[in-house]
Amino acid sequence: MSVETALVELLAAAVRIATPLFFAALGGILSERAGVFAVGLEGMMLAGAFGGVLAGHLAGSAAAGLAASVAAGVLLALLVAVATVRFGADQMVTGLAVNILAVGLTSFLLRGFAARGEAATLRVPVLAAWPVPGLAEVPVLGVVLFRQPPLTYAAVVFGVLIAVFLARTRAGLTLRAVGENPAAAFAVGVEPARVRLAAVLACGALAGLGGAVLSLQQVGTFTDAMTNGRGYIALAAIIVGRWLPGGTLLGCLLFGAADALQLRVQSLRLPVSSYVIQMTPYVVALVVLAGLGRSARLPAALGTPFRRE
Amino acid sequence: MLAMRGIVKSYGAVRANRGIDLDVPAGAIVGLLGENGSGKTTLMNVLYGLVRPDAGSATFRGRPLPLGSPRAALAAGIGMIHQHFMLVPAMSVTENVMLGWRAAGSWLRAAAIAERIVQASRAYGLELDPGAVVGMLPLGLQQRVEILKAVLRGADLLILDEPTSSLSPPEVTALLAVLRRLRDEGRSVIFISHKLGEVLEVCDEVVVLRDGEVAGRRAVAGASREDLARLMVGRDLPPPVERASRAPGAEILVVADLHACDAAGVERLRGVSFSVRAGEIFAIAGVDGNGQAELAEVVGGVAPPTRGSVFVDGAEIVGGVATRLAAGVAHVPADRASVGLVRDMTIADNVVLRDVDRPPFCRRGWLDRDAAREAARRGIEAFDIRAEGVDVPVRTLSGGNQQKVILARELGRGPRVLLAVQPTRGLDPGATRFVIDRVRALRDGGAAILYVSTELEEILGVADRLAVMHAGRLVGVMRPADADLTRLGLMMAGALEEPPDAAALYGVLA
Repeated sequence: MSVETALVELLAAAVRIATPLFFAALGGILSERAGVFAVGLEGMMLAGAFGGVLAGHLAGSAAAGLAASVAAGVLLALLVAVATVRFGADQMVTGLAVNILAVGLTSFLLRGFAARGEAATLRVPVLAAWPVPGLAEVPVLGVVLFRQPPLTYAAVVFGVLIAVFLARTRAGLTLRAVGENPAAAFAVGVEPARVRLAAVLACGALAGLGGAVLSLQQVGTFTDAMTNGRGYIALAAIIVGRWLPGGTLLGCLLFGAADALQLRVQSLRLPVSSYVIQMTPYVVALVVLAGLGRSARLPAALGTPFRRE
Repeated sequence: MLAMRGIVKSYGAVRANRGIDLDVPAGAIVGLLGENGSGKTTLMNVLYGLVRPDAGSATFRGRPLPLGSPRAALAAGIGMIHQHFMLVPAMSVTENVMLGWRAAGSWLRAAAIAERIVQASRAYGLELDPGAVVGMLPLGLQQRVEILKAVLRGADLLILDEPTSSLSPPEVTALLAVLRRLRDEGRSVIFISHKLGEVLEVCDEVVVLRDGEVAGRRAVAGASREDLARLMVGRDLPPPVERASRAPGAEILVVADLHACDAAGVERLRGVSFSVRAGEIFAIAGVDGNGQAELAEVVGGVAPPTRGSVFVDGAEIVGGVATRLAAGVAHVPADRASVGLVRDMTIADNVVLRDVDRPPFCRRGWLDRDAAREAARRGIEAFDIRAEGVDVPVRTLSGGNQQKVILARELGRGPRVLLAVQPTRGLDPGATRFVIDRVRALRDGGAAILYVSTELEEILGVADRLAVMHAGRLVGVMRPADADLTRLGLMMAGALEEPPDAAALYGVLA
């Protein structure tokens, strides 16, 4: 295998791996720019991955699986929204609680489908790649970008839509204002609680889709805690991307590349423990955040509950 | 146009509004006058919907106005310019104007709105760059954004809460002209203030509030300053204490060629030199944002200078706040709510905050809370702080009493040098008098005092020597007796510069 082929494959893999991160990070952007920490991304992804496999398995259709992924993510997001927006609970703690809940609940439900407490193996067909006619034949770029499975294209579409939504629509402006200064938004007739509720639910839907990418597009089954920290990596990507969809996409690709590289280095059978090599993406996340995270400016009201007098 | 009836609102045990009736005719500027805590802001927050009243009703243009919803107030045609602006600092002027405004379109028409901002700002003489980031604008310009926001939305009734508190005299004049213009267009204005002069100048009638009730209502045409002051305070104010001039004392605080930048890297202090002598109040006038805040921060050791030196008693002071404390520098910062105090901590904790690492408040690393409480008790007595004991959080106190807590802490140390930045901002006349009296007492005890204020009358009353600061430099130094409002106003607006000589700067003015 030539170096060039290896590099192209590495990049294609980076795009594949970045896809679920980007879905979750897009959700996180909506939530955080409205002022609610998206710590629960990990749990929402996991719920989405589980819901997708379950419904895909039962109904035998990918569409049903996707719908269930979204529903599962929204359900957990609703929990976050009610706790933090309605009751003003701490956003960090609520998010962590949702993450832990998701691990336990999906494992429990998975075992509910098999006899004697064993984990059921639910198999669904993996979403096949859709080569874009014409573009897929372009050297290098064609392989990297245009022979991807459907949800990867969808992620890019969502990224553009959300970027336009935030920058160009009144609703997007309102959402950003609620994350910056909810009192100012309230003073011009906006209900910050409603905006935050909607943003968190949208976050759940997108994170659920991120989970669907893992289970329906990449693996074809559900295993316990299969998100394996990707929700947290998505959070890091948001910070790297300064809460902007474009920058966040770059952040996701960076982590995707680190992960793809890590997988290939493992197969070289170097005299280093594979666990050390598996750490690479997380070390990259730490290093990048330490370097770039300092100058990041959070949405001013991130993490602050809004209460009218 | 507007009729409010029987408005009642309590915060816990505090009855902010106790059944207030207010009528505003069309095409009139109505002044709402009262001391701090008299219920003006609460009443207006009720009208605008930010605060739900416990009882009461309102009609606007003959229709009942639902209270408790800004959306309803906006839809009815009421706009409010808050004392603490309701703007998003990280966003542009255009974005702030478009926020929550249907006419901006579901797909934002940013270019069209920016054009309307430019047109409207010209029409009202409120020059504004629609692309500027609001947080980078001086307070006077931020206020213009608020006014344009309301006017563009077609507000027929504008509420302005203490709109002049951070403006320079020329800016105040401009604002009052805008208000008259709005009135002449048939709109009504409610002008909240505790400054008699402005109210008499611009309003058609005045409603005076005291302790949450209407103390009186007067047509401005027949009203006198004394009458209104009596209504407002409920008693006659004692005349200010006068003091014979003395020979200049020794140079205590010397500042030499100080330069400094703000957080954004913009040079805010561009070569400032002066000295303050023992037993002298050196007051610095100027519009907010001309480097006064940076001067106090650098002298107080909160921010480092990019060039220049600070001396106390002839010794150069290098380093942060701790070295200033050791040199006997006390600092009453401009922003008492977020810098001067820890609002969620008790009075006792706040009073000992600076000395918490040394006896008698701390022995071998263990806090002596009784000593702190005792110190706070003395402070409460000496500074007449109205509070239910020393263990209540500072945030429960009124603005004036919070300021007294800072004074108790800073003056209680018996400082050699006091930096007082806007120490009376937002205080009512009684509390203002008290604060100034304490500062004077410290001066009479031989301390050197650097006093920064945007209130010219206050500067003229308190200063032994005064300077005007503009664009990071001192553009004039004089004795209060030689100052007149026009000359000072021109200097503050940057239209007049009288480069001070060494005698003026170092405190031996003839």
